[in-house]
This record gives sequence, C-alpha cells and structure tokens, in this order.
Amino acid sequence: MWQIGLGHYLTVAAILFTIGIFGIFLNRKNVIVILMSIELMLLAVNINLVAFSWALKDLVGQIFTMFVLTVAAAEAAIGLAILVVYFRNRGSIAVEDINVMKG
Amino acid sequence: MYTAAIFLPLLGAVLAGLFGTRVFGGFIGERLSQIVTTGLLFLSAILGAIILWQVASQPNSSPVTVPVFTWIASGELRIPWALRYDTLSAVMVFVVTFCSAFIHLYSIGYMHGDSGIARFFAYLSLFTFAMLMLVTADNFVQMFFGWEGVGLCSYFLIGHYYDRDSANAAAIKAFVVNRVGDFGFALGIFAVFMLFGSLDFGVVLPGAQGLPGKQIAFAGTLVDGQYALTITCILLFIGAMGKSAQFLLHTWLPDAMEGPTPVSALIHAATMVTAGVFMVCRLSPMFEYAPDALALVTVIGAITCFFAATIGLVQNDIKRVIAYSTCSQLGYMFFAAGVSAYPAAMFHLTTHAFFKALLFLGSGAVIHAMHHEQDMRRMGGLWSKIKPVAIVMWIGSLALAGIPFFAGYYSKDIILESAFGAETNLGYFAFWMGIAAALMTAFYSWRLLFMTFHMPYRGDPHTYERIERTPWTMMIPLIVLATGAVVAGYLGYKHFVGEGWQSFWGASIKILPTHKALEHAHHSPLWVALLPVVVGVLGIALAWYAYMTSSRFPERMVAANEPLHKFLLNKWYFDELYNAIFIRPAFWIGRLFWKGGDGKIIDGFGPDGIAATTIKAARRVAALQTGYVYHYAFAILIGVVVFVTLKLIGVLR
Repeated sequence: MWQIGLGHYLTVAAILFTIGIFGIFLNRKNVIVILMSIELMLLAVNINLVAFSWALKDLVGQIFTMFVLTVAAAEAAIGLAILVVYFRNRGSIAVEDINVMKG
Repeated sequence: MYTAAIFLPLLGAVLAGLFGTRVFGGFIGERLSQIVTTGLLFLSAILGAIILWQVASQPNSSPVTVPVFTWIASGELRIPWALRYDTLSAVMVFVVTFCSAFIHLYSIGYMHGDSGIARFFAYLSLFTFAMLMLVTADNFVQMFFGWEGVGLCSYFLIGHYYDRDSANAAAIKAFVVNRVGDFGFALGIFAVFMLFGSLDFGVVLPGAQGLPGKQIAFAGTLVDGQYALTITCILLFIGAMGKSAQFLLHTWLPDAMEGPTPVSALIHAATMVTAGVFMVCRLSPMFEYAPDALALVTVIGAITCFFAATIGLVQNDIKRVIAYSTCSQLGYMFFAAGVSAYPAAMFHLTTHAFFKALLFLGSGAVIHAMHHEQDMRRMGGLWSKIKPVAIVMWIGSLALAGIPFFAGYYSKDIILESAFGAETNLGYFAFWMGIAAALMTAFYSWRLLFMTFHMPYRGDPHTYERIERTPWTMMIPLIVLATGAVVAGYLGYKHFVGEGWQSFWGASIKILPTHKALEHAHHSPLWVALLPVVVGVLGIALAWYAYMTSSRFPERMVAANEPLHKFLLNKWYFDELYNAIFIRPAFWIGRLFWKGGDGKIIDGFGPDGIAATTIKAARRVAALQTGYVYHYAFAILIGVVVFVTLKLIGVLR
C-alpha cells in the first residue's frame, strides 16, 4: 500500500484551502458560510503547519498551530457576534444585501 | 487764458456729467446743466476769438507753448502735456469753440423734452474738449489722445438714442471704422518715433527736411530717408482718412446721422471730420518732403469729392444729403492739401464749418418743425410755414454751392484754382473732379431746397397743420452762422490765402518753394476762375428745371438710367462690399474661433475636458468598489497569487 507522506498532507491542505476560497466566491447566500470558509482555509494552513512540523521534526509549527486555532476561535466568536448585531439592525445576513460600502 | 479756453468745456462736461445726470443724484438738474455747459462754452469761444486775434496779429511769431504738466516720463521718452498755440491751432480753436457754443445753444431748443439732456450736454462739451486737445496738441501722443477722445465722444453722441438698434449699430460702425484709421495713425506715430526719436512737434517738424537723401534704418532695413518719410506720411494719412471720412473709410459718416441733429452739425460738419484735414496741415513740414504721400492725398481727396457728390444726388433723407455733401467738401480740402495749398484747405475748413453747421442746424430745424420727419419726399411747401429757416438754408446752400460773395465761393475757388495751378496731371485730375463735384453739389443742394421748401407738400396733411415755429434758442445760432456763411469768406480771404498768407500762417504751415500751386492760383486763367461759378449756377438751374417745372425730369432720368440710379442710391454698394469682404469673413473667423477654437479646443481639452475625464475615470474606479465582501476577498487573493508568483519566478527577492 501507499505510504502516507508529506505530499498527501499537503494535497489535502491545498484541496481544503481551495474549497475555502470557492466557498467565499461561489457563496451567494449568507455571511456565515463565508466565516465557515475562512475557518476552512485557516484549518488548511494548520494542516500545512503540522505536516511540515512533523516532516522537519520541529515543534515550532505545532505551537504556531495552537496560536492560529486560538485566534481563529476568537475571530469566529467576534464574527458571529457582529453577524448577530448586523442581523438585528438590517434583518438580513444575505451576502447580496451587504453592499452598503459600494462606490 | 490759453489754458482756460481749452479746459472750460471739460469743466462744463464734468459738472453736467457728474452732477446733472443721476451719477451723484443729479442735484443741479437739467436746466442748470444746459446753462452751465453752454455758458462755459461761450466763455471759451470768446477766449478763442481773443486768442485768434492775438496770435494772428503777431505775424511770423514763434508758436506759444503753454506747458500743463509732464504726462509720460519713461527713459528717453518724455511726453509733456502742453498746449501749442500757433496760427493753425488758434484758427481751429476759434472755429471749434465758436461752432460748438452756438450748437450748444441750439441744442437747448432742439433737445427740449428729451430724456437725457444732461448726459447729452456733458458729452457735447467733452467732445469739444477732446477736439480742442487735438488741435492744440504739442506732440503726437497728445494729438492721439484728442483723436481718440473725439472718436469716443462721437460714439456716445451717435448712440444717444441708445434704445434704438439703428443708433447703436451706427455708433459701433463709426467707432470701428475710425479704429481702422486710428490703427494707421498709431503705426504712423510709431514710425515717427523711430525716425526722429521724439514725438514732439518742435523736434519732428523741423527735422523732416533733413531726412531725404540720408540712409536710415527703418523697419529692419537701410532705406533712403525719403522713402521712410513717405511710408510714415501715408500711415498718418490713413488715420486722417478714417477721421475725415475719406473714400474707402467714409462709410461711417452717413450712418452717423442717427445721432441727434446738433451732433451731426458738431461732429460731422464743424469739428471731428476736420481733424484729418487739420492733421495733414499741421504735419505739412513732413508731407512736403514726401511727394508720393501728397499724391495719394490728392487722389483720395479728388475721388472722395466726386464720389460723395454722386451719392448725394439721389439720397432722400435730408440729413444724409448734407452728410454726403460734407464728405464731398472734405475731399476738396484734402486735394487742396495734396497740391500743397494747405492754407486753401484750412480756409475751406473754416468757411465750411460755418455753412455746414448752418445747413445741419437748419435741417434740424426742419426736422423739428416736421415732428421728426426726415424724408424729403414727405416734405414740401415749408417756405410759407418756416420762412426764417428757409432763408438761412438758402444762404447756407448758396455758400456751399460757391455762388459769388458767399463764404464758399472764396474757399472753393481758391482750392480749384490751386489744383489747376499745381500744373501736374494729378492737379488737373483733381480740378476736373472738383468741377464735376461742384456741379453736383449745386444740383443736390437745390434739390434739397426745392423738395423741402418749394414743391407742394406731399406728406401727412395732419403734420402740415401742426408744423412748429422755431424757438429762439434755435433761431439765434442759425442767424449767427448764416452771417458767418455770408461774411467768413470775404473776411478771411486776405489773411488765409490772399497776399498776406505767409505772414498770417507764419511757421505753422510749410510749403516748399518748388510747390507753387497757391501762388499760381492767384494768376490762373479767367476760365478757371469762372468755371466753378458757372457750373454752380448751371447746377441750380438744372435743379430748378428738374424739380420746379413740369418736366418730370427726375422720373425720366431714373427710368432711363435705372442701374446707375440703383448704384448711387445704394451708395456704390460700399456697405454691401465691406459686408462681403470684411464683415462676413470676420464673423466667420469669429465663429470659427469661438465655436472651434474656444469651445472645442480650449474648453474641450481644457477645463471641460479635464473635468469630464476626471468624472469618467472616477465613475470607473468607483465601480470597482462594489461593496460585496467576496469581491474584496477575490482582490486580496489575486494580490496574494501575484505576489507568490513573482516570488516564485524570482522577480521579488
């Protein structure tokens, strides 16, 4: 059978990252999906970090992953809080409707 | 006294203009404005008479110069403001102030009931001041000041009825056509400064005789002094042509009849139009050394006197007939100057001022009586209604036609004899043109008299019943001027052109000993002396036959020569010609520059273009900012991809 190596991890991470990107662009529904996509991209990066940490036998990558997870959790909390407030104000969190900043 | 004679009219103009009109509330009122300006002008006329007597009684005296103040002092150029009194300017000051004073008096009656009396009198006085400034000028720049001053005031006065389109158009026309001449005059002044390094008459006039035969730098090349002087004199003469309404630049004069009649009398008979003649006489020491320029003066003068007379034959507006006659008489003066008979030109100028002012004021009285009817075809039979006016008009016409012992006889005769006496081909040409013009002058003058006073009345019967008597303020000037028209020639003959002319004019007029026109004039053959009178009488007889008998001569002539009649009636189509040559192209070029140059190019690429481009660019940039989060994210991604790519291919390190 195949040996699971660094390449496989990186491929998974790249696939996840791409899904995250497409999640942002193809999503026409609501902002929560965007937040989820961002989360997905961050996780893809984390996989990269952990994979390289393992491959290079260097713990710094895994420690960095911890920080990223922490920040991602905080970001998710704040993002959702903003969303809630936004929904209260505007009655909608559809991405189409959030274009007040257009020129 | 010398200063007061010039500046009293200015004082009157300022008083009437500032305090008589509504500028400062008009607290001296119209009545007082009239009295002030007229009074000051009469004072000035009295001073003018005294000055003339003083200057003329001291033969061969050097000119009196009264400095007023320094006007321009810039490096080498020093232009003082000074009044130069010699015989020439003394004569002009007298003529101008005298005519102007009586025209002021006349205007009180004529302008009665007008809405802008104070304004009118202010401009009349200002005009007189400008003319006096011109004739007493001590240098070219001061002369140019007066020159422009009369042009400006004539604009104001012709446009007195500023609510009439035709008056505005005529005023603008007078101003613009004069501008053409003034441009020549200005160039002439520059040329004079280049030649002599000074603009002072005291330097320039004696300096002219040194020029011929000397090589001088002129207009970038080294030329003979004579040549440079000729060019300069021609340029100066172009200025004179504009102001004196000579052939090619005459079109403004007849149109200027849109102004009130006293204006026509003041500007277009006695003063402004004579400025050109005066200038040529004043600059006689220059013109004498430029024979080619003199030849041009002769030709233009001769053509003008003939051409204006032909138009005068067929005009129907009473004032226009007299206007063309003025034009024609100015032609006489110019060809007199052209054959070096400057005293004769000045003599005719003086006598002409009297009888032409008289004719204009007389026609004004007719128009006044007819309730502003100017068309002679609707007049007639006024002899019995306004006999005094008819009599003075007869006197004026007799003087104009050169009937013996009236003023015009002496001056016109001496001019024609001088032209004959010049013994040059141009002189003979001018002589015969003058004779032809004299015949026509007599004809149209009597045509005017017959149509106005003697033929049966042809206008509105209602008007005939309401014909007004002439008020005394109008009648007195008429009588005084009529007296002048009778005696001026007899009184002036001896001094102006007779035996004593050299001591009378002194140094103010210079005639080379080789130019003997005026001397020969006194010994001309009998037929030359008699011919002007004969054709004058012939013209009168012809007019009588045409208009006072049942010959139906005018109708038959018109029917037989329809194209010619049309040609003359339309003033040789000069207006149409100028329209086609100058005005329409000027409009076309103006529109081209306005619409194309200014609108499309300057505005298009300049302010409007930049503004429009900025707005367009801003719209495009603004469109990038959609407000959608994923667009921004996409932009970020693109940026990242670009940076990573650049990093990978090694552009960024």
